[in-house]
Amino acid sequence: MKGNSSSAKQLTDRDQYKAPSKPSIKKVPPKRKKRRKSQAFQEAVTGYFFLAPALILLGVFLLYPMGAAFYYSFTDFYILKPDDISFIGVENFSYIWQDAQFRQAFWNTVYFSVIVVPVQLAVALGLALLINKKLKFRVLFRTAFFSPVVMSLVVVSILWTFMYNPNEGLINQLLGIIGISPQPFLTSPDQAMNSIIVMSVWQGAGFQMMIFLAGLQNIPNHLYEAADIDGASNWQKFLHVTLPGLKNIALFIFITISIAAFKLLVQPMIMTQGGPLGSTNSLVYHIYETGFNYRDVGYASAMAVVFTLIVLTITIIQRMLIREERG
Amino acid sequence: MKRKKRIQRVVLYVSLILLTFIFLFPLVWMLVSSLKDEFQIFRDMKSLKAFLPPAPGEVEEGYFHNYIAAFQRVDLMKYILNSLIYTTGIIVFGLIVNSMAGYALARFRFPLAGFWLGVIIATLIIPPESIFLPLYVLVYDLGWVNTYTGLIVPFIANAFAIFLFRQFFLDFPKELEEAAKIDGCSQIGIFFRIIVPLSKPVFATVAIVLFINHWNDFLWPLVVASDESMRTIQIGLQYFMNEPPIKWGQVMAALTIATVPMLLIFVFLQRYYVQGLTHTGSKN
Repeated sequence: MKGNSSSAKQLTDRDQYKAPSKPSIKKVPPKRKKRRKSQAFQEAVTGYFFLAPALILLGVFLLYPMGAAFYYSFTDFYILKPDDISFIGVENFSYIWQDAQFRQAFWNTVYFSVIVVPVQLAVALGLALLINKKLKFRVLFRTAFFSPVVMSLVVVSILWTFMYNPNEGLINQLLGIIGISPQPFLTSPDQAMNSIIVMSVWQGAGFQMMIFLAGLQNIPNHLYEAADIDGASNWQKFLHVTLPGLKNIALFIFITISIAAFKLLVQPMIMTQGGPLGSTNSLVYHIYETGFNYRDVGYASAMAVVFTLIVLTITIIQRMLIREERG
Repeated sequence: MKRKKRIQRVVLYVSLILLTFIFLFPLVWMLVSSLKDEFQIFRDMKSLKAFLPPAPGEVEEGYFHNYIAAFQRVDLMKYILNSLIYTTGIIVFGLIVNSMAGYALARFRFPLAGFWLGVIIATLIIPPESIFLPLYVLVYDLGWVNTYTGLIVPFIANAFAIFLFRQFFLDFPKELEEAAKIDGCSQIGIFFRIIVPLSKPVFATVAIVLFINHWNDFLWPLVVASDESMRTIQIGLQYFMNEPPIKWGQVMAALTIATVPMLLIFVFLQRYYVQGLTHTGSKN
């Protein structure tokens, strides 16, 4: 008790010396429990005051819809009859496996992702390596490679639809100049998805190139100098200095491209409406069509749940791989 | 040896120029074609003139006739305005709400702080595409369909922005806040009068990231702003592609109009933009 009050006196003295009216919060020694408690309470109130708006908004507009999607997926919720919801168990989920359109959309999405992810990663890395040198017009080249990123996916999709036009499109005209016969592109079930893939890589690679460039600049120069002293060739330097230095960034980009690729929607929606013959239908597009055009929210939600689980699985597997690599 | 180096150099530059062509030709074609009339577009496509602007005086109706026609055909001005209201709303409210949350998580000790941080980071994994249906039902029940509220409010809180702010505030020196506290400034006062003015870079970065994401947004405006008067520019563009008569010159003009704001941001705010990019890359 005695010690307590004396330290309190010391404290007030000190505080008065610094700031006469209001004592500093941080300067309170831990011995004074009562005051500390009320201060902790005050800090908690302030903390929650700052955090609450974001928490409430995330709860209402993200977590609640997440839960609602899960709930709807076990019902026959139909948008035009919102009051007539009944619980139908796993019927929606068992229907997914009989739905040929879902299967096609699933494999289309897998095909798109499996090609886009490595190609885009390689193109982005290649571009970054090419211009990470002392070059004339370096900024010009960098800007050129990055410029498609500045256009939105909608703009790019519309632009390329006209470029891919089989009769009058720019690409067939250019191919004609170098003697290649006109291609059907988006109008052929065999070429439509590949055409979308080419466009997607073209649009996205510049973005990852910038991230790779930042990564390349973070590799310390003395590592290259040391390699030079050891007489390493350019290829050896790339293999043993550059690549390990970029590993974390490459893995990060790998994850983000994979997830983005699995969300494929805008390109088929604008360019092909999923056709021809469903060859460019994607998972998210199929969910959209089911929910908004056929108004079958229950079934669309079941597919959305499956879609979320797939994305989660991809994320978790890739995170685990990274951890293994690091450990 | 010297000769070998020179050949390498030539190969490098030739491939760089070729790549530049591959990455630029759609953009150049779009810009150039937006100035031509239909006859010129199709005639020029047969040669490399496709990438050259029309000669002065060649276009009878004037250089910008496609732009004028595009604005006359649909209410593009309204679409642009809607896009601006949508993005500005999300940026203004988003900066306030997310910076406050990031600050709380960086500075205050309170029960469950760690838990909430975990929840916020976990929400990053939820693909927005998987919740847009129930979100639409919710917004519908709230009576927000075809309103700016319905467009903006669901996307104010942003886990990624909260995370960026938190990282920034963690590195922010504490001494200033302590001095302000001694001077009797309230927590809210400290935040808005001291922290915010000194944190311009992170605010600029988050604002730009939000602008780019939402200016380019497609799915949410498509479903919530179904009414013609509420359309954003990205949705409005489809009109030129789908409604006959389809005029290629007008399409290219409309696409250019939708790209200009992004282009301006990129040209003038490149520093913050690239900062945002590298943040995304290194901090995760």
